[in-house]
Amino acid sequence: MSGTAGGGGVAIRARGVRKHFGRTEALRGVDVTAERGSVLALLGPNGAGKTTMVRILTTLLRPDAGQVEIAGFDAIREANEVRYRIGLAGQQAAVDEYLSGRANLEMVGRLYHLPTRAARQRADELLDRFGLAEAGQRLVRTYSGGMRRRLDLAASLVAAPPILFLDEPTTGLDPRSRVGMWEEIEALVDGGTTLLLTTQYLEEADRLADQIVVIDAGKAVATGTPDELKRSVGGERVDVRLRETRQLEAARQAIAEATGRTPDVDAESGHLTVPVDAGAAALTAVVRELDAADVGIEDIALRRPTLDEVFFKLTGHAAGDLSPDGEQIVRGARREEVS
Amino acid sequence: MGAAVARRESPRSPLTQLRWVVQDSWTVARRHLLHIRYMPEKLADVTIQPLIFVFMFAYIFGSAIVVPGGHYRDFLMPGIFTQSMAFASMSIMVGIVNDMSKGVMDRFRSLPMSRAAVLIGHTGANLIESVLGLIVMTGSGLVVGWRADLGLWPTLAGFGVLLLFGFAMTWIGAFVGLFLRSVEAAQGFGMVVMFPLTFVANTFVPTQGMPAWLRVIANWNPTSAVVAACRQLFGNSISTPQASTVWPLAHPVIAALIWCGVLIAVFLPLAVWRFRWAMSR
Repeated sequence: MSGTAGGGGVAIRARGVRKHFGRTEALRGVDVTAERGSVLALLGPNGAGKTTMVRILTTLLRPDAGQVEIAGFDAIREANEVRYRIGLAGQQAAVDEYLSGRANLEMVGRLYHLPTRAARQRADELLDRFGLAEAGQRLVRTYSGGMRRRLDLAASLVAAPPILFLDEPTTGLDPRSRVGMWEEIEALVDGGTTLLLTTQYLEEADRLADQIVVIDAGKAVATGTPDELKRSVGGERVDVRLRETRQLEAARQAIAEATGRTPDVDAESGHLTVPVDAGAAALTAVVRELDAADVGIEDIALRRPTLDEVFFKLTGHAAGDLSPDGEQIVRGARREEVS
Repeated sequence: MGAAVARRESPRSPLTQLRWVVQDSWTVARRHLLHIRYMPEKLADVTIQPLIFVFMFAYIFGSAIVVPGGHYRDFLMPGIFTQSMAFASMSIMVGIVNDMSKGVMDRFRSLPMSRAAVLIGHTGANLIESVLGLIVMTGSGLVVGWRADLGLWPTLAGFGVLLLFGFAMTWIGAFVGLFLRSVEAAQGFGMVVMFPLTFVANTFVPTQGMPAWLRVIANWNPTSAVVAACRQLFGNSISTPQASTVWPLAHPVIAALIWCGVLIAVFLPLAVWRFRWAMSR
């Protein structure tokens, strides 16, 4: 997590970005803004337009309409200036399988026009940092998926760019590599890098992002901090689990007394849930009433909605709402995958 | 971050820009040459495959092929040289398809490098591969008894024509590669186009014996003109009475140069156009 420390100013600014491929409207007027040193997550399912947005922000694609400014430069008219200041790690590990890890990084360094020695030195530095020093001389072909991703991330950092774009950095990684990648990303952000990442994982956005833009079907459907998004769905609630299920009735009455609402009861597990408005105050009231009624509490918590719930509420479908072949079913209509 | 990394700026002067086109092209070409070090089989198209053809035709089919007024091995080698130049275009085709499909092209595009360098580097590396292949094949030709008889300059001119043809084929390979979506498609294309292109010609046998309709195609095939030019420049010509009645085979060097010029004039701009399209997509 990072604050917006590192000075003010806007690193990424896009207004009204539109893009179509044939008849498919990939982006239908999207705005994003990232303060310098902050982390912005584009959250959305496959085919929502996240990758298209990243490709436009990183000068790979020209938008049909809209303005894009990266580090103060126009991404269309001053694309090369932008390219000196950004790093991009795409969905696939865009590394050359038939070169060693070191040769890959050296090549990228040369293409940033670093002097040969500096490119070599930088390659070694990055191999060290990403735990690839030993594998550095080996062909990338022999690397594991996690190693390739780390090399790809390293390649995007060769020029120490102040702004970094990561397109689904952890898709396809096993849980351990994913946590490793998160830690790397957090270290970068602590170092002052502005980061825009796309993800389908709500947990990832929740953990890494300062701001989240929820994208669905080419539109930004919500923007805010993780907390704001959760709050916008409303519905904080108090969850109570009883020590003994025979006290259910007493607990139900106590909770109704404390909150003025009838809780949902799961008789088998001894679980009660009640929506509340007053947050922590409501929690205290419930505890007090239960205590007064001499009800034994195993566990009690104030729960906020998860991003999953936020996503469902905003888009009408779940984030992982995918058919087995990777194509998404959106409101009954099959959409062409745009990437 | 490392002190090694100083922020670089876009080049302002045309001279610096040109220097970077050259430098970036070399970086991209160097990458392909490094591939050869790590993966020598990448050169198979221009080395092992022609070697197999040399030995197969020189000793197996050649034993049953009689060419009037000459030795079959002399007749064969210019054909094999030319065929391998055509097949070299497969390597750039596969290389470009690979880069497009694996995201390497996207990485290049996100870098502040010269756009043209990607294409120049690819084609330059392809030409270097072709030269390496020619060296290997010349050696094997000498082993089986082939000789260039007309002295240094005509011989060099012969290799020059071959490389020019290789250069033309490279642009065809680049152009087609920019359309294909998979390596398998590139290999399929090779089978469907490269084999007829190099076999329906005077590459391995004189065209006189072919059925009339096939003979017309073979005589006007650019491959035939290049092969015939090499035979003339290497002094490997054999007396074939009808050959001179067909213009490209009667004037093979000029015909080969015209053919290469036409192919380059058509496919170089097409490849550049398609490349620019692919880069801005």
